[in-house]
Amino acid sequence: MSILVSAIGQGLLWATLGIGLFLTFRILDFPDMTVEGTFPLGAAVAVTLIANGMNPALASLIAALAGALAGLVTGLIYTKGKVPILLAGILTMTAIYSINLRVMGQANRSLLGKETLFTAPFLDFLPKNFPTVMVGLLIIIVVTGATAAFLQTELGQAFIVTGDNRAMARSLGVNTDNMTIMGLMVSNALIGLGGALVAQNNGFADVNMGIGVIVVALASIIIGEVIFTDQMTLTDRLITVVIGSVLYRFVLVIVLYLGFNANDLNLFSAVVLGLALILPQLRKYFKLDSVLRKGVASHD
Amino acid sequence: MTKTSLRLENATVVVNQGTPEEKTILDNVSLTLNEGDFVTVLGSNGAGKSTLFNVIAGSLMLTDGHVYLGDQDVTRLTETQRTKFLARVFQDPKLGTAPRMTVAENLLFAERRGLSRRLKWRGLTKEKLAEFATVAATMGNGLDARLHVATGDLSGGQRQALSFLMATRLRPELLLLDEHTAALDPKTSEQLMRVTDQRIREDALTALMITHHLEDAIQYGNRLIIMSAGKVSLDVAGADKAKLTVPDLLEYFNRY
Repeated sequence: MSILVSAIGQGLLWATLGIGLFLTFRILDFPDMTVEGTFPLGAAVAVTLIANGMNPALASLIAALAGALAGLVTGLIYTKGKVPILLAGILTMTAIYSINLRVMGQANRSLLGKETLFTAPFLDFLPKNFPTVMVGLLIIIVVTGATAAFLQTELGQAFIVTGDNRAMARSLGVNTDNMTIMGLMVSNALIGLGGALVAQNNGFADVNMGIGVIVVALASIIIGEVIFTDQMTLTDRLITVVIGSVLYRFVLVIVLYLGFNANDLNLFSAVVLGLALILPQLRKYFKLDSVLRKGVASHD
Repeated sequence: MTKTSLRLENATVVVNQGTPEEKTILDNVSLTLNEGDFVTVLGSNGAGKSTLFNVIAGSLMLTDGHVYLGDQDVTRLTETQRTKFLARVFQDPKLGTAPRMTVAENLLFAERRGLSRRLKWRGLTKEKLAEFATVAATMGNGLDARLHVATGDLSGGQRQALSFLMATRLRPELLLLDEHTAALDPKTSEQLMRVTDQRIREDALTALMITHHLEDAIQYGNRLIIMSAGKVSLDVAGADKAKLTVPDLLEYFNRY
């Protein structure tokens, strides 16, 4: 039971990354590798500030701003420097590794004995692991709600159109470079925030904690899409990312339960994501849909 | 005195300047369009039709000369900045609409062509939807029944009709039609051409239309120009244009 609650809590925290990556991967339609640097950057900034006595909420906000700054760098390299997005992201990610070491002054840093967002006094009455769920739920509702609302604004629509059809966006007066940079900044701000949250929940930050996070974030997006295949509104899509993130944690729980250890998780993450990505092809190949639907009900 | 909508002054574009491949693709073109002119543009491939459009729209900068839209010198304005004055419909149905957004969303989006995109609700209200249904119905191809369909799922004809509607949603100083019916089957193409003509006349729009369809070039518009080797080689209007026949044009093409 406790392990499931823990998984839900983790899933909700990591969902911030899923939502952040959704903005670039699904809306702007490119993979942003900056994520692997932004996530530990958010963690390093938040942990260092909290360890120096800053209020954890403010520290998390600054971690998000640091993330936005990383997004800005990638965005400028990509749009103004005309460097391919994959390489632009890798450049920033590589640079951030050194910055993270500078920020923390060491390879990892603990929050032992410090108050975090998850140890606030008013959460004391909750049993173990529930504070994470509470805080995670609250934050992900705000993040998802704000993102969904933003996408329904004139600016948000210009952002979506930029990812959908650049030529058309430009012919209607949208500065697509600015939209791309803005998207990268918002996306990486959310990922920086995610790093700050996960680090506070774990009680430490580590320079290597970014390895493989893009796969984790993608997994929550893809798992959501594989499960919910119907036509959906954008807001619904964002919610499926959150659900996908929680489900992904359940998969990890099962993997650990089967006797694998934490070192095997990146392998499993990649396998899970790989399978989810290949599934549409498998479906076509084996005609899985018709087989599955026969068993369910009349569904065209 | 009629107002001018577009004025090109000695517009010249030279590519690969200073290399052995140097080529003048737009050669000292001066062209003035009065408000309400509907000009059809003919010319063989490589004659400079697309260059002319790109120069007007700002996707290609002039090597020399000036572009005025209305009374403003837009020579140095970017493509994005010029969208305030002009709208464009491309030949490729894929270029004109956002495939993952619905018809209504695309129409709404086009209403702020060239205007700032604010952090303010986009305002897709019931009234807007009713208005969109009315304008979409004027296209006569069932677009009004598909307002909530992602444009990626529309037929090419419906997509082009939508692109055209989007371009005229906010009245442009100048409308550029870049072979906008060329990718469609003859019947759909003819239907879109008729609606285009009707809309241009009803709203008294100023338009330039590239076409390879000689009959269309003759039938529509009040003026016709032919481009060859980067220059405007023929420019006829009014009664002279009305007298033109397809054999006349073919003969003209064969001479050049």
